[in-house]
Amino acid sequence: MSRRNFAAVIFLAIVGVFLVFAALMTHPFGQFNDENNPEMDQYIIDNTQNETGADNGVTAVVFDYRGFDTLGEATVLFTAVAGVILVFRRLKK
Amino acid sequence: MRGMSRIVKTVTNVAFPFIMIYGLYVIAHGHLTPGGGFQGGAIVASGLAMLLVAYGSIWVVGKIKEKHLPVLESVGAIGFIGLAFIGVLLILFYTSYPASFFKNFLIGQDVIPIFNEIGKGLANINTAGVIPLMNFAVGLKVIAGLFAIVLVMAYSTRLKEEK
Amino acid sequence: MIYNIPYIAVVALILIGLYAVIFKRNLIKIVIGITLIESGVNLFLITLAFRKDSVAPIYRGSGSPLMSLPVPHALTLTSIVIGVAVLALMLSLVVHIYRHYGTLDSRKIGGEEE
Repeated sequence: MSRRNFAAVIFLAIVGVFLVFAALMTHPFGQFNDENNPEMDQYIIDNTQNETGADNGVTAVVFDYRGFDTLGEATVLFTAVAGVILVFRRLKK
Repeated sequence: MRGMSRIVKTVTNVAFPFIMIYGLYVIAHGHLTPGGGFQGGAIVASGLAMLLVAYGSIWVVGKIKEKHLPVLESVGAIGFIGLAFIGVLLILFYTSYPASFFKNFLIGQDVIPIFNEIGKGLANINTAGVIPLMNFAVGLKVIAGLFAIVLVMAYSTRLKEEK
Repeated sequence: MIYNIPYIAVVALILIGLYAVIFKRNLIKIVIGITLIESGVNLFLITLAFRKDSVAPIYRGSGSPLMSLPVPHALTLTSIVIGVAVLALMLSLVVHIYRHYGTLDSRKIGGEEE
């Protein structure tokens, strides 16, 4: 095979070895101990109904506790729609 | 693209209002049940895409002018940012108010009597402050944006003998 | 090690997507490979949010049982919307390339002198 394919196989093998080691060494699925205890999420679960009055925990996090990320996402959606309309424009002669 | 046969058009006529009502229900009850602005907007946009598939893109572009859709999307985006900025502007009126960007200013007060209840497990629409208004703004933005993408891509790639 | 099967599924998705991006010639197949990598990353985010014997983070009445963490769910929502936006832009650019060159082979496009 050509030189480009040989270098690509070596690269894919290195990335694959790193990813498999990372998958085997994470914490077991569903168990939390002292290294990764969820302090911030426990505070959000305990105080959502007092502070926001919403019954949906995910919507309260998306729009109230982390509203700034939703602003960035709305900007990305707007930019994508503007880019797609720009590509298919017909200039009127 | 050309439309489809009469059976497909009749079934689309029957199913289209139910899909719109279901999508608007998911947007409006975003703070009580699973769902919200993005999910309900995707449901309504896929119902409009079903209309595009059944009737053909030439007929749909004749009915919905393609220059009204970016106006709707901009109204949704300006509404979202305006609601976020009012939390900062309140410091001009009440000078000892703990204001910040994205502050939930509608809960626990009696000046404006909508969306201001707090309680444990009340489950009526009148709760949760500024979150339902943000759901409507983001839902409108997602509906207009996704439908504009699908409509422009379908109209510009039609075949030669239909132009 | 048998308890890490969701993470093995994530690694399999990412490696298949990466193989499709590197070794395939058709432009549409490269776009499908990028979408596979995106799906693998979303699966990884919602795998991190699980606690043993927990329910979804929706409140019913008063009192709270053990709930899953709500913050990775919010990050996954943002990631899915950004994936849709990137896919729309990539497909419109592929249509534009096809109109200009007449072919979808990635080794026959580009390389023109100005």
